[in-house]
Amino acid sequence: MSAPATPPPALQEFKDNLRAAPRRILETAFRSGNPSTDRTRSTFIFSNVFLHLHSVRVHRWTLKWSTSMGLGIATTAGFLLTLITGILLMFYYKPYPDAAYQSIKDIHFVVPTGRFIRNIHRWAANVMVVTVILHMARTFYTASYRRPREFNWLIGMGLLAVTLGLSFTGYLLPWDQLAYWAITIGANIAQSPREVTDAIGITGWFDPGGMQKFLLLGSDTVGPEALIRFYLLHVMILPLALMALMSVHFWRIRKDGGLARPADADQRLGNAPGPVYPVFTQAPLKTYSLAAIVRGRTPAVGNGPENTVPSMPHLFYAELGVFMLTTLVCLALALIADAPLKELANPSIPENPAKAPWYFLGLQELVSFSAFVGGIGIPTLVLAGLGLIPYLDREEAGTGEWFGGPGGRKVVFQALVVGFAAALAIESFAIRFGWIREWYLAVPQFVVTVLNPGTILAAVYGFYSVWLVKRYKSTRAGALGLFTCFLCGFLVLTVIGTYFRGPNWVFYWSPGDWPRH
Amino acid sequence: MTVTPGSPNSRLDPEPIPRRDLLGLASLWSAASALLFAALGAMRLPNAAIVAAPSKSFGETLPESLPAGEAFIPAHRAVAIFRDSEGIYAISTICPHLGCVVKSNAEGFECPCHGSRFKPDGTVSKGPSPLPLKWLKVKAVNGGFQVDEATTVPAGTRVKA
Repeated sequence: MSAPATPPPALQEFKDNLRAAPRRILETAFRSGNPSTDRTRSTFIFSNVFLHLHSVRVHRWTLKWSTSMGLGIATTAGFLLTLITGILLMFYYKPYPDAAYQSIKDIHFVVPTGRFIRNIHRWAANVMVVTVILHMARTFYTASYRRPREFNWLIGMGLLAVTLGLSFTGYLLPWDQLAYWAITIGANIAQSPREVTDAIGITGWFDPGGMQKFLLLGSDTVGPEALIRFYLLHVMILPLALMALMSVHFWRIRKDGGLARPADADQRLGNAPGPVYPVFTQAPLKTYSLAAIVRGRTPAVGNGPENTVPSMPHLFYAELGVFMLTTLVCLALALIADAPLKELANPSIPENPAKAPWYFLGLQELVSFSAFVGGIGIPTLVLAGLGLIPYLDREEAGTGEWFGGPGGRKVVFQALVVGFAAALAIESFAIRFGWIREWYLAVPQFVVTVLNPGTILAAVYGFYSVWLVKRYKSTRAGALGLFTCFLCGFLVLTVIGTYFRGPNWVFYWSPGDWPRH
Repeated sequence: MTVTPGSPNSRLDPEPIPRRDLLGLASLWSAASALLFAALGAMRLPNAAIVAAPSKSFGETLPESLPAGEAFIPAHRAVAIFRDSEGIYAISTICPHLGCVVKSNAEGFECPCHGSRFKPDGTVSKGPSPLPLKWLKVKAVNGGFQVDEATTVPAGTRVKA
């Protein structure tokens, strides 16, 4: 008996299957195969749990650089970078006073790549704050918050608040002088409703300020309890909240009909540069029986696939490009400048000057006149005002256009002048002549709370935008003015707080003039 | 069940709630109230019953030669203790504005964070602080003094040595 020349069929089949396994794993993971036709490009998206947040096709207007400037994706990229680097930092970080400081020092000097990872974390967080503000400005100036996107604007407000919350809670974790005193000030800002309850005399039985501070710190001073609470907020509660809000935010972009575009976007774009292929080259595989029972009008109803292109590859490659660019910027910044680490926190001697992160220095400038107005009053007013915009501006002219709507660019330029002039004037006055208490020492606190640079600036901006509403007979014109003024005020106060305030919060033309101590 | 449109239901003959609706509503309301109470309970937990902080009361002896109006600041305490001809008094050095520790100097106190200034008796002379510095309770205890940071006394209260 000689051995068979060919292996038995079962063994042959096994060998073939083994050889085919890698290809089949790939095929079963991406069921639709190579995304090369319209159909496979579509299934590539809607058969993937992560990708199907995107619509299958995207309007050509969306892909124009000037439509979104990629700012939302850049913010998302910043978040993913902080998420990954944050998880890496958690390998060594210990949330207990003094040990926390030592562990950050270890990360900086001993841990392999530790300093680089921490720098990326810090810079990506800063980039995220910048891009989230720019993204909001883009959405506002292109009037993209309008129907049907009102609620997504509110979700965006939530994302802004959570982003700032994440930055603020992260600021304490190094437990150095900078962190300790910034958080002491922050926690006392949470307590500042007392300024009002004290003035009315009801703090004894109604003390929301004290409750807020105690809930935040778990004690009456910044100590171990506060550190573990800020850590918990920073690594668990706020990231989860951010991810939940982000999911809703992205999902609604799709459900609200993609990015806003002008009503005549198709005419403006002209014909597609290349040949236009029919959307479905084969008969659709799906029937649309669900559409029969869903009542009402969704943004997609009545819109044909003309002037759209497949999201894969056009949109995805654009997003990937923005993502890589953001990563490049963060890495470059991380190589250039180190994240700060001062001396170990000392509860007896405040850092002088004790400054919050730069994006809060505008508020700190206002806080230096009244804790309640700067810390609670103005931020609440700004958030409420921003949130109401899409519900007050129900107009349609100018949606999807930069500075669209009545007044347009002219209002924005005028508001730039008014916004900068008002902020600079009131600040120069307060810096040169001081404020009420320096003229009348016995003035009641209530008067200072009601009348200070923050409230006056807010009132000027408010009156100006109401005048714009009347002048142009349009809420949009008023909103354009108010938002522009808000950006100007934010910029002026932040720059003054960052560069022109020295020890004891005294005005100096340059840090070189600060007294030595 | 079917409801004939237009037939009024009297109080004596109320329209019965279908069993499905009753069960549905019961589960909805029980879930809503359970969520509410769970949220309130979860809010209760971080509201600590005992404040984890060092004791607010501490004993101290003053140096023999402490000129009137010059502050003696015990280590790791935000308190300035003074002695003058009328007795001994303690002023909290925590700024009522935003909680920074104020520095004692010849004119009184100054806050490094937002520029609040206080006179030697703790009243505000400049800046954003809404309240004067707190005067703290001092008790003479066999040769030394007991200062209680948690208890305030009216400004001007002094204790004889």
